[in-house]
Amino acid sequence: MDANTQSSNAHLTTPTRLTGAEILWATLVGEGVTTVFGYPGGAILPVYDALRKFPIHHVLVRHEQGASHMADGYARASGKVGVAIATSGPGATNLITGIATAMLDSIPMVCITGNVSSKILGTDAFQEVDITGITLPVTKHNFLVTHPEDIAAAVRSAFQIAQSGRPGPVLVDITKDAQQATAVFDFEGAKPKPYRPHPMLCVEDSSIAEAAELIRNAKRPIILAGHGVMQSNAMEQVRALAERSQTPVALTLLGLGAFPASHPLNMGMMGMHGEAWVNHAIQEADLLIACGMRFDDRVTGSLSTYAPKSKKIHIEVDPSEVNKNVKVDVALIGDLREVLEQLLPRIGGRDGAAWLKTIDASKGAVAVRDIKNLPDSGHLYAAHVMHDLWRITGGNAIVVTDVGQHQMWEAQYFHHEHPRTLVTSGGLGTMGFALPAAIGAKFACPDKEVWVVAGDGGFQMTAAELATIVQEKIKINIAVINNGFLGMVRQWQEFFYDKNYEATPMVSPDFVKLADAHGIAGAAVRTRAELAAAVEEARSAPGAYLLNFIVEKEDSVYPMIPAGSALHEMIRRPGKNPLVESANDE
Amino acid sequence: MLHTFVAYVEDLPGVLTRVASLFRRLNINIISLTVGRSERVGLSRMTIVAESSTEAGHRIRASLYKLESVVHVDDIAQAPAVTRELALIKVAATPKNRSQIFELVEIFRARIVDLTSESLMIEMTGVESKIEGLIEVLREQDGRILEICRSGKMTMRRGQHTSRVLRAMGAAGEPETDTAEALEDTAVEP
Repeated sequence: MDANTQSSNAHLTTPTRLTGAEILWATLVGEGVTTVFGYPGGAILPVYDALRKFPIHHVLVRHEQGASHMADGYARASGKVGVAIATSGPGATNLITGIATAMLDSIPMVCITGNVSSKILGTDAFQEVDITGITLPVTKHNFLVTHPEDIAAAVRSAFQIAQSGRPGPVLVDITKDAQQATAVFDFEGAKPKPYRPHPMLCVEDSSIAEAAELIRNAKRPIILAGHGVMQSNAMEQVRALAERSQTPVALTLLGLGAFPASHPLNMGMMGMHGEAWVNHAIQEADLLIACGMRFDDRVTGSLSTYAPKSKKIHIEVDPSEVNKNVKVDVALIGDLREVLEQLLPRIGGRDGAAWLKTIDASKGAVAVRDIKNLPDSGHLYAAHVMHDLWRITGGNAIVVTDVGQHQMWEAQYFHHEHPRTLVTSGGLGTMGFALPAAIGAKFACPDKEVWVVAGDGGFQMTAAELATIVQEKIKINIAVINNGFLGMVRQWQEFFYDKNYEATPMVSPDFVKLADAHGIAGAAVRTRAELAAAVEEARSAPGAYLLNFIVEKEDSVYPMIPAGSALHEMIRRPGKNPLVESANDE
Repeated sequence: MLHTFVAYVEDLPGVLTRVASLFRRLNINIISLTVGRSERVGLSRMTIVAESSTEAGHRIRASLYKLESVVHVDDIAQAPAVTRELALIKVAATPKNRSQIFELVEIFRARIVDLTSESLMIEMTGVESKIEGLIEVLREQDGRILEICRSGKMTMRRGQHTSRVLRAMGAAGEPETDTAEALEDTAVEP
């Protein structure tokens, strides 16, 4: 520990007079922050000037959207609060896509922005925007701070709000004069009031009993597990519920990893691109036990035809989500883990064999997806890439995906065994998320193997962050799934717009050369035969590595439930598709 | 249906925007919104009236609670409550036609709070229908209505506070002596 570290830690115990900028860093240190992602500018310069006195590593991004995605990826991979910093005006507005991404997926994040001096607020001064006004609908809360003595309390509250209840992003906007002026820093004195749980949380004993009764009597129950399982750290409890009641588990996209993929009760992903038999089972179920998921439209399809035969138990921390999309029979509104702890003692052994057998039978002759044994037709499909990535990494890597076809193929063919190993933008569906979020994830878990999986479209949205990888000397592997199209949009055009491929064919640079220009090694992969060796080469390379997978141009993600259709009305894999895995699909 | 929410909010800049923005996002028009100080130091009290589906009440209340600046929300729904509105009405009136207006003001239990040779101002408190009744008959008079200023609705539940939160805050009110109010509610409905 150097002298600077010691002096900054001393601030935490003894009230000291500091500048607002120093107070900000000292508070972040006090909150346990070690890494921040940011980009300097005029209105945040005093903060940057004070940085060298504090034991915090600052990652210089190439665009502020990268900073907010990195903070997000850091939070998703670690479960801790991610921190992004930007200047006023365009710096602040560039953060917004990343903030909205975090909001929709309930990610704990704190964004710090500088603003013009409080005396000229609201005058359209140079690089001034009303960032607290702009971010109001996409933050859980935000603060405008104009006095140095308010900084510590605002930042500490921000950390509390970001992590409590249903997590989310919080923005703290600090005027330049507040950064420059001095105040007494009292870390303990700035402690926020104890967290006040949402007053409408409600877990009544009678509801617990009712839920237990429904589970006991159910003939065809399914657990629907979502992101909340990880947010609440309820993996064990969900597993106990599933095992004790012999109930199969279907996962949302953000729930992948919450329940081991290899577990015999794991059915895999539900919804728009879930396997047909998973969605059929949901439609046939007589009881759905929703754990930390919000019946998103990508999961339910048409609400009027959704799971018509089932009773529904909803365990959810946000009361505004209950009965929003789907009417439920029993609502247990509270922290998932706490609710399950109350519920589990009432769950006895159940014989689920008949229902599990029915589900098994509906999978068809080839129940286990094993595309590696399919004959090599010479074509390279994205599914092969995902499957081999999973096989070669042993499923132990953190995979950070972008948004689109590759994201769904990843969800289908990379079998996530552990929580927080899939980092993906679910709710907002933000293209350009993967590369910066992966940088954040790598800083959160430096000892983990991190893979970016991105399409050729999304990758180019934030490709500038390649330089950040090089400047920070971090090891990240990048798989670009390059089909020369904005693939998912093309797929919709194929299915719903008479193959009118308007604005979806995309000319891209040579990604290997692009990587090379940054000092990142790479290779192009065009056949299945080259795949495994290329992945191994990337993994063993000392630095970051980019693989440009030139895949089949007009491949589609199957099965697919068209938006707004019933869950059982899906578009199935065409028979001639070489990736058909199930006899039922033929 | 018409929803009436009573919200205790922190008395800080921007809180009104946060509350209003929630309704804006749901594309719900706010029919009336009144804000003022409450019995709690540092907390303002809002009465928000909005038209929305019956089921929306739960979600709006739950969403209001998600705002960090909101401390307590009550969905009055059909519960027994007293609702009042204040109106200031300026009418063009000369010494010749004043007396008719004085008569109306008397019947409606309103008050004259300003009088000049060309105009007078009426202050009236009551339920919405009563205020609208007065405005309607004033329109039928010779004198012209020059200005109308209405506060929007203020609502308070009858009887002792039942809210768990308010009790915990130690802010439970005394029971209202509501007989007079109840009588007034039904009195003089034109």
